[in-house]
Amino acid sequence: MTALLEVTDVRKYFPVGRRRLFGGPSPSLRAVDGVSLEVERGETLGLVGETGCGKSTLARCMTRLHDLTSGRVTFDGTDISTLSRGELRPLRREMQVMFQDPYGSLNPRRRVGSIIGDPFAIHGVAEGEERKRQVQALMELVGLNPEHFNRFPAEFSGGQRQRIGIARALALKPKLVVCDEPVSALDVSIQAQIINLLAELQEQLGLTYVFITHDLSVVRHVSDRIAVMYLGKIVEIADVDGLHEHTRHPYTRALLSAAPSADPDALTGRERVVLRGDLPSPAAPPSGCRFHPRCPKARDRCLTDDPELIPRLDDGPEHRAACHFPLADGELLTLSRPAIDDVAPDLSFDPAAAEEGTTA
Amino acid sequence: MPAQQSGALLSVEDLHVSFSTADGVVRAVRGVSFSVARGRTLGIVGESGSGKSVATQTIVGLTRGARVAGRATLDGEDLLGASPEALRRIRGAKIGMIFQDPLSSLHPYYKVGWQIVEMIREHERGTSKAAARLRAVELLDAVGIPSPRTRIDSYPHEFSGGMRQRVMIAMAMALRPAVLVADEPTTALDVTVQAQVLDVMRGVQQEFGTAIVLITHDLGVVADLADDVVVMYGGQVMERAPRRELFYRNHHPYTEGLLRSLPTTAPREKGRRSKLTPISGSPPSSITPPPGCPFEPRCAYAFDKCGQKPPFREIGTAGDHESACWLPADRAERQLGTSNGPRRAQAAP
Repeated sequence: MTALLEVTDVRKYFPVGRRRLFGGPSPSLRAVDGVSLEVERGETLGLVGETGCGKSTLARCMTRLHDLTSGRVTFDGTDISTLSRGELRPLRREMQVMFQDPYGSLNPRRRVGSIIGDPFAIHGVAEGEERKRQVQALMELVGLNPEHFNRFPAEFSGGQRQRIGIARALALKPKLVVCDEPVSALDVSIQAQIINLLAELQEQLGLTYVFITHDLSVVRHVSDRIAVMYLGKIVEIADVDGLHEHTRHPYTRALLSAAPSADPDALTGRERVVLRGDLPSPAAPPSGCRFHPRCPKARDRCLTDDPELIPRLDDGPEHRAACHFPLADGELLTLSRPAIDDVAPDLSFDPAAAEEGTTA
Repeated sequence: MPAQQSGALLSVEDLHVSFSTADGVVRAVRGVSFSVARGRTLGIVGESGSGKSVATQTIVGLTRGARVAGRATLDGEDLLGASPEALRRIRGAKIGMIFQDPLSSLHPYYKVGWQIVEMIREHERGTSKAAARLRAVELLDAVGIPSPRTRIDSYPHEFSGGMRQRVMIAMAMALRPAVLVADEPTTALDVTVQAQVLDVMRGVQQEFGTAIVLITHDLGVVADLADDVVVMYGGQVMERAPRRELFYRNHHPYTEGLLRSLPTTAPREKGRRSKLTPISGSPPSSITPPPGCPFEPRCAYAFDKCGQKPPFREIGTAGDHESACWLPADRAERQLGTSNGPRRAQAAP
């Protein structure tokens, strides 16, 4: 059986700044710059990376909430990259998106029952009493009291609001659910409730998840495979244990080593890589490998030659990394020193400003 | 552990803070004590609404309109009874503060150097502009801002989030305060940037012997930086212990629940992911808090005694670990919900 979702060389550029006088290409921010991956049926693919790496933009491209600059997205055998809005509509039922902010994504003036019933209304599925019955069944499914059908979002806590978001996303029995930071705004004790709920629902309904987060311990817990993004590209993709135990890309190592752990003794034992400098601007990404200005292993080749995302060392085809000088098992990154003359420029990048640029 | 510990630089005793709101009186902090010594880091952890930020903001006079009771002293000097002028002098000179969002703490209209110079000259009258500027450059250099001599003339929006937080630390440390209060200093930052900022805080502490009060919801940050930890819930202190003691030999069911609800990093067995163990229910109301232990409605070990407020119980023999819980000090004697058992606030699947 083919993969549920196939993403092939997808690019998404946003125009930024002023158009140049006398034609000329307008400057663009390369939020997603040539990403290919597959999402298998029933799996959870984790997508991690730091602010501004393009993970949310990629998710919006996958579900065609954004039009693509180039590339192709195939969902369940249908190429959706060039479909019109009308042609997309029936497919929208099968792919749903869930957002971080349980406050901002619920209309405060509408009752919960009608919010969860929206997907039925939009797609004309169930009416009247039948709709109410289905909405209440959904509320029960996600652990909300069905008697709270007529309450307003403000009467629920943060965790319960996220459950409302989940109920709405699942209303039309989608195949794919893209979760964009679904637990980042929640306290840890509530976060665990939602993570468990998502896992249960996946098992029960056979869902496929794309799980976007910056929280590395959460992504490790929920994912089958993880893709690590840096400046619009995937730098490493592997199954969870492979990524953690045979980390190949220096950026992945730095990211994993910076993740806080509630285990003081484990912290003292592990390698701690503190990266130099800031994330460069995606409007003017560095040449060659985009990580080279911050990479402890950078060599001359990294300045000019953009590495391909392919299996490195003895890895199988499932574990791919975009690095000319991948880390061997047990190699310490902190012992490496870059062998390039290129002085890391002070490329200050303001994610907030970039965010504005993307919505403009 | 008595809050008035020998060598305590900042000490807070039996602090109560409440606010009048349209819905009733919000009792945000209900009898909190903690202290921190020179050169040490105290981590205060708790979830939203636990009162951790209100408690620390109150001791520096940043909670206007609140009803405050209790005692707070810095180096023997009373903080709660201090006049606004005295507090202004203390803030900055003796207590430096950094917050979660550096962009809202920096004035967008002025260059960062100007803001640091202004701060130095406001507190140390008679310092020349040139001398203050030189100090500002040194400070920016100390917190790892590249080319500080030119960056001093940049505006806040020209810095990235991590760099802005470094500027905030430089500003907070400008007058060599004895205490640095850091309220969720890295919450808005990415992990690699967080690692950089925590390193800067560690460096500053080593260099100046600063005491740090670190307020956070992130147990990982506490595990990384704190010497001692206070766990807050529902406006009260649940447990207080040295770092390793708290993570490996904790006593309070809330601390235990908090740690158990974190995703584990252990490799999974044959592709099966384990279930997390969340705490069922939601945090208590701060308008009508439970009469006894605030955690009682969600606690799996609750029994009839939990309807009364538990006293602090010594755990272990070192005298530095205590827990506000009726359960026996020895964990082996603990049993699940005796008598009326746990009253779940909400059925969690």
